[in-house]
Amino acid sequence: MPDNAKAFGLLAEFESPAATMHAAEKVRDAGFQRWDVYSPYPVHGMDKAMGMKNSPVGWFSFIGGASGYTLGMLMIWYMNGHNYAIPVGGKPMFSPFSAFPPSYELTILLGAFGALFGMLFMNRLPRLHHPLLKHKRFLGATHDRFFIVIESSDPKYSERETRRLLESLGSRQIELVEE
Amino acid sequence: MSEPTSKLPVQAAPIELEREPLVGDLHGPGWLSDKIAGVIEAKTPLWWWCAFIPSLVLLGMCGTCIAYLISTGVGVWGLNHPIMWGWAIINFVWWIGIGHAGTLISAILFLLRQRWRTSINRAAEAMTIFAVMCAGTYPVIHIGRVWFGWWLMPFPNSNGPIWPQFRSPLMWDVFAVSTYFTVSLLFWYMGLIPDLAVMRDRSKTKMRKFAYGLFSLGWTGSNRHWSNYEKAYLLLAGLSTPLVLSVHSIVSLDFAVSQLPGWHTTIFPPYFVAGAVYSGFGMVLTLLIPLRSMLKLEQVITMRHIDLMCKVTLGVGCIVSYAYGMEYFIAWYSGNPYEKSTFWNRLFGSYWWGGWLMITCNAMVPQLFWFKGIRQNLVIVFILSILVNVGMWAERFVIVVGSLYHEFLPSNWSYYMPTKIDVLTYVGTFGLFFTFFLLFIRFVPLIAISEVKGVTPQADPHHPLGGAKPGGHH
Repeated sequence: MPDNAKAFGLLAEFESPAATMHAAEKVRDAGFQRWDVYSPYPVHGMDKAMGMKNSPVGWFSFIGGASGYTLGMLMIWYMNGHNYAIPVGGKPMFSPFSAFPPSYELTILLGAFGALFGMLFMNRLPRLHHPLLKHKRFLGATHDRFFIVIESSDPKYSERETRRLLESLGSRQIELVEE
Repeated sequence: MSEPTSKLPVQAAPIELEREPLVGDLHGPGWLSDKIAGVIEAKTPLWWWCAFIPSLVLLGMCGTCIAYLISTGVGVWGLNHPIMWGWAIINFVWWIGIGHAGTLISAILFLLRQRWRTSINRAAEAMTIFAVMCAGTYPVIHIGRVWFGWWLMPFPNSNGPIWPQFRSPLMWDVFAVSTYFTVSLLFWYMGLIPDLAVMRDRSKTKMRKFAYGLFSLGWTGSNRHWSNYEKAYLLLAGLSTPLVLSVHSIVSLDFAVSQLPGWHTTIFPPYFVAGAVYSGFGMVLTLLIPLRSMLKLEQVITMRHIDLMCKVTLGVGCIVSYAYGMEYFIAWYSGNPYEKSTFWNRLFGSYWWGGWLMITCNAMVPQLFWFKGIRQNLVIVFILSILVNVGMWAERFVIVVGSLYHEFLPSNWSYYMPTKIDVLTYVGTFGLFFTFFLLFIRFVPLIAISEVKGVTPQADPHHPLGGAKPGGHH
């Protein structure tokens, strides 16, 4: 598509969450890959309408949590049981029971880091620039507007055909967004 | 009867089953953005300055007291053998308890799918963070030689190295409180990202656009992002729930692991957690009742929200009352003379006022919330919410001082009085709390805009207001 090499994609506005969801189902069925729905809040059921898989953020959190627990136990064993033993009241130098509370807290701490940073990594955030954020109309996406954007990098994208598809799905306003 | 089900019209629930809407007058997403962001965009109201300047003065006083304490020594407090844990530990436990309601609202009510939490969770989480900051000040300044505070952390050092002693609950506390602060901050910030993007997209000045743009990390509202975001939110709620239960449990173990009558008891962890949630809900009500009317947010924080918060306060208040009853029962049933005398002293000893204050405010006052008339009267609820925290402070006093002043040997008995510095430091922490809280309501959306939008009927693609066509399949 040399004619629209500078285009980011087509921005189509929809009236309501229901209309957006029905349109998203059609775009999914048309076989598009690089497209997205933009809404001021997460619309319940949209993941399915877009044909998305379960988010993998849980794995980041799980790995964080598991390493937090392991780190806690190893650290306490090394510090109190191995490197610098302090005998107190005839208690064992290392016991998994007294080492549990700090390890438990570290499980949660690193699990939470995993969840937040995993989410940011999967979303490729933070980013300082996005073509859509330059677009005046798009600012409504954080207010009360709903948009479907089909990116020009999608293999099935063609400015005329894609625009026609979005029109047939009931979008009242379709605009070309520049890169 | 033979009509195919797909032809059935979309029907609203019958009137008697319909709940009062979470946002008054069925306002939609656009109205919510304008309303909540409008709080920040409006000119700074006079009352804000009237509250902020005294808070700043108190904060300065807090700093001065701490500087005096550090430069002079812990002798400026009223501590002396056998009462080595005085106001500092009372206030530490009290402040950190207040924080617990924020996490309960943001995490536990989220897991329980209580959609009404969305109107209050942001402010409650902010309250948690600032309360934990106030609490965290105390253990650090309480150690006496503050410049050795970093020994609490497992850092390598040149003394051997000497490592912290991890069999001590005080060490567990370091991990619990610092994790609690960090995770609360992460949770709060993650919830803020979409709302900071709302602020960014509305901002008129370059400065605001830059600042909100920077902190909203380039959020666009993409559904692929929302999907990861919601998963991360769920995970943080799932991690914060065991966290919040563990924090006050571990704080209570600071006491319960010792041998002292009045402290050495197995009921402490759940009892402390219930007390913490109780005092936290008291504080949320104290903060939100004036705020909602001064900022004209009655349609977002509705009477239904106040009613539900009163009911939670009543529920946890009953758990606290049960714990008091059980403590007395065990003191009697144990047959242990030291245990019995400690509990006798709570009601009839030198600090009798603390014991009665705690029972009145924490066991009797919440019972008033059984009455709908009281739950609907904002003035009464406001007064009761303050009594809740007076009572909870008395409880911490009774537990700390009331158990220490008469221990096993009569030669060790003593009487504790706070000094002026004790009192001024405590009052000063309110300055710390309110300075941050007032800055928060001025610069950050104090209600989770995108979360409240998500619970309106307009947001539901299966609801007629969300565009679902009557007669069609959903």
